[in-house]
Amino acid sequence: MIAEIGLYALILAFLMAASQTFFGLAGAGTRRLRWMAVTRPAAFGQLFFMALSYGCLTDLFVTSNYSVRYVAKYSNALMPFFYRVAGVWGAHEGSMMLWMLVLALWTALVAVFSRKLPVVFANRVLGVLGAIACGFFLFTLITSNPFVRLLPPALHGGTLNPILEDPLLVIHPPMLYMGYVGLSVAFAFAVAALIGGRMDAAWARWTRPWTLAAWIFLTVGIVLGSFWSYYELGWGGWWFWDPVENASFMPWLVATALIHSLAVSEKRGAFKSWTALLAIAGFSLSLLGTFLVRSGVLISIHAFAMDPRRGMFILVLLGVMSALALAVYIWRAPLLWEDGGGFRFLSRETLILCNNILLVTGAAAVFIGTIYPLFIEVFGLGRLSVGPPYFDHVFIPIMFPLFVLIGIGPYLGWKSGSLRALFRRLWIPALLWLLAALLLLFLASDSHWPLMTWLGVLFGSWVLLTAFVEPLRRLWLRFRGEPVRLPSGVLGMSLAHFGVGVIILGITVSTTLGVWRDMPLKPGQSYRMAGFRYRFDAIGPARGRNWTGVRATFSIFHQGRLFAVVHPEKRHFFPDGGTTTNAAIVGGGLHDLFVSLGNPLGREKWSLRFRYEPMVIFVWLGGLLMALGGLLALADRRYRIALEVHPFLPIEEAPKPRDPVEEESS
Amino acid sequence: MTRRHQRLVMVLLMLACISAAVAFALRAFNGDLLYYLTPTQLAEGRAPAHGAFRLGGIVAPGSVHRKQGSMTVHFVLTDYHHAVPVVYTGILPDLFRVGQGIVVKGQLVNGVFLASQVLAKHSAKYMPPGIHQAQSSVPHRKMLALRRSLREDPGA
Repeated sequence: MIAEIGLYALILAFLMAASQTFFGLAGAGTRRLRWMAVTRPAAFGQLFFMALSYGCLTDLFVTSNYSVRYVAKYSNALMPFFYRVAGVWGAHEGSMMLWMLVLALWTALVAVFSRKLPVVFANRVLGVLGAIACGFFLFTLITSNPFVRLLPPALHGGTLNPILEDPLLVIHPPMLYMGYVGLSVAFAFAVAALIGGRMDAAWARWTRPWTLAAWIFLTVGIVLGSFWSYYELGWGGWWFWDPVENASFMPWLVATALIHSLAVSEKRGAFKSWTALLAIAGFSLSLLGTFLVRSGVLISIHAFAMDPRRGMFILVLLGVMSALALAVYIWRAPLLWEDGGGFRFLSRETLILCNNILLVTGAAAVFIGTIYPLFIEVFGLGRLSVGPPYFDHVFIPIMFPLFVLIGIGPYLGWKSGSLRALFRRLWIPALLWLLAALLLLFLASDSHWPLMTWLGVLFGSWVLLTAFVEPLRRLWLRFRGEPVRLPSGVLGMSLAHFGVGVIILGITVSTTLGVWRDMPLKPGQSYRMAGFRYRFDAIGPARGRNWTGVRATFSIFHQGRLFAVVHPEKRHFFPDGGTTTNAAIVGGGLHDLFVSLGNPLGREKWSLRFRYEPMVIFVWLGGLLMALGGLLALADRRYRIALEVHPFLPIEEAPKPRDPVEEESS
Repeated sequence: MTRRHQRLVMVLLMLACISAAVAFALRAFNGDLLYYLTPTQLAEGRAPAHGAFRLGGIVAPGSVHRKQGSMTVHFVLTDYHHAVPVVYTGILPDLFRVGQGIVVKGQLVNGVFLASQVLAKHSAKYMPPGIHQAQSSVPHRKMLALRRSLREDPGA
């Protein structure tokens, strides 16, 4: 019964999305207020029925109702309550449900917060969002219905992959989806503005907070995923240039570029068509990510859908949406031509342009490396893979100029900056940076750092030292009694840039100075690495609620004193027999020590992996600082004021001879 | 600087960036592409003359041997038509077992594949690309014999 209610609710949510699309786009096109009045309630209805449907699926999971195929396959009564709730999005069908729930949530938020936007524009935005939702509802209903019954019902449930049973992983997909799907809002804003043929500073101001919010979620999602793979996969490493990681990284890079170019569009009215293109590209890339993950063209831990029909469907969906958006862009972009006021070569606009070029080039490099093997295989030219060295060689050099610019850009004036003003603001951090570099040269001269360590530390410290110049300058002026404000937007930007510096340090130091060795040892033996001595004390059986396995005991000594006692484990899970390696990690400050159990080698010996990871925590810390900076910027009063300024704009946006009637664009 | 000059500088800057990126990409592509082969393709002599590549196959029944207490392990990868002996020193992934489809990365030296990395995907039913097609063209009788030996293998 519950399953049927869930399915009906899903179909009703689809109908709501369809009417939202029609009345939003057609109502705005024909200027019929009555039609447009339907759009918002339809958006709320979509959220209501989607939440109901999702709730039904969750209930089926919690009550372990094995007469539903999806539940029988992925839920197990042995799993704790928490994981049964989270298990809903542990596999393909449920994660699509989560995707649509998140989209319905964003849509409803847009519906709530767009009351003060011009009616026609708000309706177009909601219409475009509805069209996206329709595509995904069709996808789920046709190819991946989670409510399909199983006859006869299964006696036992299946399992979630044991490595996915982890509290962090429970919040990783929702965060990532909030980010992915959030980019659809920026996309809808861009397409709606293009249809209307008008894209002004107010448009950029409305779009910015939404893009920023999506970017924050995407950042947190990526950081969580990276942290999870570090401590849960059991062998260390926090970024593998895995296609699935790239699938989330490409939209992130483009969204980062978009945030910056939106700033120019808002403040200077320039870069408008470029901004629109970025918004379209950002969401298209997150659709591409969905295709890569869901279609099974990539065999990786995330790719649980092995159904070519699903891949085809998403590919068609991706093609149709991007093609329609680009068509609207080609048709309308000439209307956006409006002089942005022009700017000198030495200006903040130029630097943000460089930022955009570098970020988009970086995204393109990742894109080529991710897609190239697919192309080669599709054209029957053999099978190959593009390994991490490609990404390291191509992506990292592109980022270095960005790290220089990050310290300069915020201190150049809009339109035309002067070198003298730049010098006045930057001479203190520049001096400090030189001193730090000299000090470092003196201290680390005999430590034989590789070139990359030097480069990374120098660039990273440049970013760190220049990040807070503006807030500090304003505070100083205020201290001197001048009436200077310190908006949280400025503070947020500085914090996010500071986070970039922290990430650079973390990545550089942990990858260039980290050490790892695989060693065969038996109990009683010791191994010494990077100043620490690891003594293998004992190994014995262990068991948990749904697993049995082995647990080892290691004593770690530093300079002759006991530093820590750790217990790496190997777990075999009952229901399906999956095995996980649970590494023991200690530290968490300036360095992490990492011990994991490999295989029994006979004669009591085990193969073991030891890792010494200096400053690895900085990688995620930096990411979180960036997200926090975004949050601060989002809290800026400007956006709330912006929303209150425009409620009385007339329905007609731009005087046009004839207004085209938009049909459903899905 | 006039407008035109500015625009020219912009375009040149963009061209410089793009050509640098393309140069990096081409250089990296040359060195960092890893070809993927099956044992049959290897037997046909399609292995790159030097340098690393990837090889996919099934861990053959009864082929996994290790000197007691040593990290070096020998096994045979097969696609049911041809077989390649593999040597690997290091930690085997949790999903490595007889009958499991895996992918190894390394070099072919004197007919032996020296693996630097063993990848077993996070699914017990994983089949490396190309192996599936190769398998279905094997006569039924041969398959049954293989399955039987797989079941009886003590190492499985």
